[in-house]
Amino acid sequence: MTDATTPEGRRRVSVQGVDLGLARRYAKERRLKWLGIAAIAVALGLLALLIADVVLKGYTAFWTTEVRLTVDLAEAELDPDGTRLRADLEDANFRGLVNDALYAMFPAVEDRLERRRLRGLVSGQAARDVQRMVLNDPSLIGTTRDVWVLADTDIDQLWKGNIDRDLPENRRRVNDQVVGWVDQLAAEDRIRSAFAWNLFTNADSRDPQLAGVWGAIVGSFWIIVVTTALAVPIGVASAVYLEEFAPKTRWTDLIEVNINNLAAVPSIVFGLLGLAVFINTMGLPRSAPIVGGLTITLMTLPTVVVATRAALRAVPPSIRWGALGVGASRVQVVSHHVLPLALPGILTGTIIGLAQALGETAPLLMIGMIAFVVDIPDGPMSASTALPVQVYLWASSPERGFTEKTAAAILILLGFLIVMNALAIYLRRRFERNW
Amino acid sequence: MTGEHIVRSYDTDIDELVNTISEMGGLAESQVAGALAALTRRDVEAAERVITADARLDEIEEKVDQMSIHLFARRQPMARDLRLIAMSLKISNDLERVGDYAASVAKRAKRLDPGLQLNAIGSLGRMGALVQDMLTDVLDAYIERDDRQAMSVWHRDAEVDDFYDSLFRELITYVLEDPRTTSACIDLLFIAKNLERIGDHATNIAERVHYILHGDRINRVRSEPA
Amino acid sequence: MSEAPQTSTAPRAPAPQVAHAPIEGPRDAKMRTRAVNLWYGDKQALFDVDLDVNRHEVTALIGPSGCGKSTYLRCLNRMNDTIDICRTEGEIYLDDRDIYDPDVDVVEIRARVGMVFQQPNPFPKSVYDNVAYGPRIHGLVNTKAELDELVEQSLTRAALWNEVKDRLGDPGNGLSGGQQQRLCIARTIAVGPEVILMDEPASALDPVATAHIEELIDELRRDYTICIVTHSMQQAARVSQRTAFFHLGRLIEVGETNDLFTNPQQQMTQDYITGRFG
Repeated sequence: MTDATTPEGRRRVSVQGVDLGLARRYAKERRLKWLGIAAIAVALGLLALLIADVVLKGYTAFWTTEVRLTVDLAEAELDPDGTRLRADLEDANFRGLVNDALYAMFPAVEDRLERRRLRGLVSGQAARDVQRMVLNDPSLIGTTRDVWVLADTDIDQLWKGNIDRDLPENRRRVNDQVVGWVDQLAAEDRIRSAFAWNLFTNADSRDPQLAGVWGAIVGSFWIIVVTTALAVPIGVASAVYLEEFAPKTRWTDLIEVNINNLAAVPSIVFGLLGLAVFINTMGLPRSAPIVGGLTITLMTLPTVVVATRAALRAVPPSIRWGALGVGASRVQVVSHHVLPLALPGILTGTIIGLAQALGETAPLLMIGMIAFVVDIPDGPMSASTALPVQVYLWASSPERGFTEKTAAAILILLGFLIVMNALAIYLRRRFERNW
Repeated sequence: MTGEHIVRSYDTDIDELVNTISEMGGLAESQVAGALAALTRRDVEAAERVITADARLDEIEEKVDQMSIHLFARRQPMARDLRLIAMSLKISNDLERVGDYAASVAKRAKRLDPGLQLNAIGSLGRMGALVQDMLTDVLDAYIERDDRQAMSVWHRDAEVDDFYDSLFRELITYVLEDPRTTSACIDLLFIAKNLERIGDHATNIAERVHYILHGDRINRVRSEPA
Repeated sequence: MSEAPQTSTAPRAPAPQVAHAPIEGPRDAKMRTRAVNLWYGDKQALFDVDLDVNRHEVTALIGPSGCGKSTYLRCLNRMNDTIDICRTEGEIYLDDRDIYDPDVDVVEIRARVGMVFQQPNPFPKSVYDNVAYGPRIHGLVNTKAELDELVEQSLTRAALWNEVKDRLGDPGNGLSGGQQQRLCIARTIAVGPEVILMDEPASALDPVATAHIEELIDELRRDYTICIVTHSMQQAARVSQRTAFFHLGRLIEVGETNDLFTNPQQQMTQDYITGRFG
């Protein structure tokens, strides 16, 4: 008792108490830390799994298979009159030449059905490729050239090993004879893998060997252009008004709540709205990026408004006061000080919103951007698809060739999203000079 | 003081205080000089002037009080500034007392029989001159912040005390020799006492100057007159 | 701003008689306020404040937190207008003009009555642009040379020129705290105000920087009329000629600084400045 009342005694007791508590507190802290690390590990693991899956499925699509044909560009076949006129050459029977080259490689094949199969070794693009070569250099006529042409999609799949040779013949897309031909081609060094430029330069096609994403990229580009041109000015302007000028009344509260609600509306609803308003009422063309852009604008606007308001609110009030204190008007305060300081935040929010819009599919389906479009769109008014829609379209195609194309398109889309997010980070760093 | 304050008006205020003290010191000096003149030259007019001018000293003392209080309140002085202002308050009090003693000397001098001739008056004049020098030197020491001069004044106080002791014995001798001079001698004795007190105040001021400069007291062990 | 919206739990007791210390002769009031009442929403923050801010003097406003001194200060250049729920009544004159008059331009008022804040808040621009901002938006100068001169003049007046003349292009935020505050003062001066309001201008600064600011305030008094809010009554005592003591939204006492700090007329003032506030 007397010990406990001395200052030393009391202190010793309390320090022991603290020690016990401290141990418990540290244990708690450690547990919380490990919990956090575990959560991040799970998230990263799932992401890695997703990306690995897509990459494994899709990387082969960036490669295509080519077959070397020895084509006899006989003048008698191509240009019997010797005019060398473009019109004549365009009508010439290049298809026949390609077929002849194939027959020449496998002279043993006589049977009509087999010959048809033989013709199927190369894709429909082959004759056109040869034609383009000749059109570019008519002096080639009369010579015999080795030409690498695109193989048929089944040959491509076989060569990439996606078709299992051990399966019984009747359950395989290519029969034993064709497999034999391919092996012969390989032995003669007439088959190779090449980078699939097609994927980036062609629009959609029924033939997986020819299908590319360029049409979809252009479509997405126009959508983003339209969305940026509309959503950014309108969104920033509304945010500036609401944050800097609007009196805090019941009306502005209502508007604020509704903007936040708008951000939570399912995107398919925006698609229906776009269909009803832009196509049915305003009569804009179906499947056009302008309608897609307008619809996506509706979706992105709330994101831009919310992001901009957050950025404006993050500007320290002391800057506003400082400017007001030297007699700046409210418009001057906003345009000279608040907006420039909020710019990095606005840019980041906007770009992330746009990236979201880039990956949006559902509303585009509603306004007909799901159409099969073979042409590359030449403007915001022409029919087009968009990257995510392309993914959707290819994913629902049964051909083996489209499976890898789907994964490739996903990779390209992810690539764009990463680029946009990187841009957002770069811009924030660039403008966030904190001085 | 060493260096200037960032806030220049603080320096202005302190300078004003020091100047007021030195003005007061100057006035006290002339009061003492006047009183001595009244005594040694029997100058009744000088005596009158001294007596009336005393009020002026009181006035300045009041002014120093005000200034110091305002300085305390407004500048929150620290360290040497604090010592300076606090000691200025005390120095002004010392100087006011000096003035009172000078007036007292003047009053008694006026009362002295004009025909009175005593050697003691000459001695008092010399004592007065000594005290006057001390006062002048100590005020210089205050203005110039000169510790050595302050210390010299402080040491000279012993001489004044010795002077006073010898004067005391001399005057007692006069009274014993000729009881008719008793009244005059008492007056002279009081004058001597007043001059001695003025010397004490000069010594006090010297101590205060030392305290302003060093923040400690002069070692009080001093050869006390036997 | 440290002045949170005021509590209005102040007892509705009769306001103590405001003790106006006798001032010899009519002094020239640059700003006069009469019966100023102010509400934040339903809460009344100022009660019938009558106060004069005299020309070429520093008037200090002191009082405990939440006493309304900052709120009062912000009435003087209508800075409270930026708070939606704030409502002001009464008359506030700048010279002979009621600044709350409907046809008075608030931007003009803020140019004539400049303000310096507690936290140094230079714009995220260069030193030069910070000072040049006000003259530019008010169109005070026509040529670059004039602007250069005005910037130099303002920085010199703010006792900052010698420290920054070689780095006018450097960011204003790169200066030390005290320099930043003097930059803010230079920025205010550049507009050519008549009155400068300062809301605890030195509370975020170290003692040396504070001393520099106080010296500057004393210097600026010659050309401007200054009203300063300060948490530190010592600072009020150091820089001001007149001091006003606020408590719970009321002006309790106003007088010469010398008198108010040595001989206050109100018990409440006495209690506050002697640290006996209950």
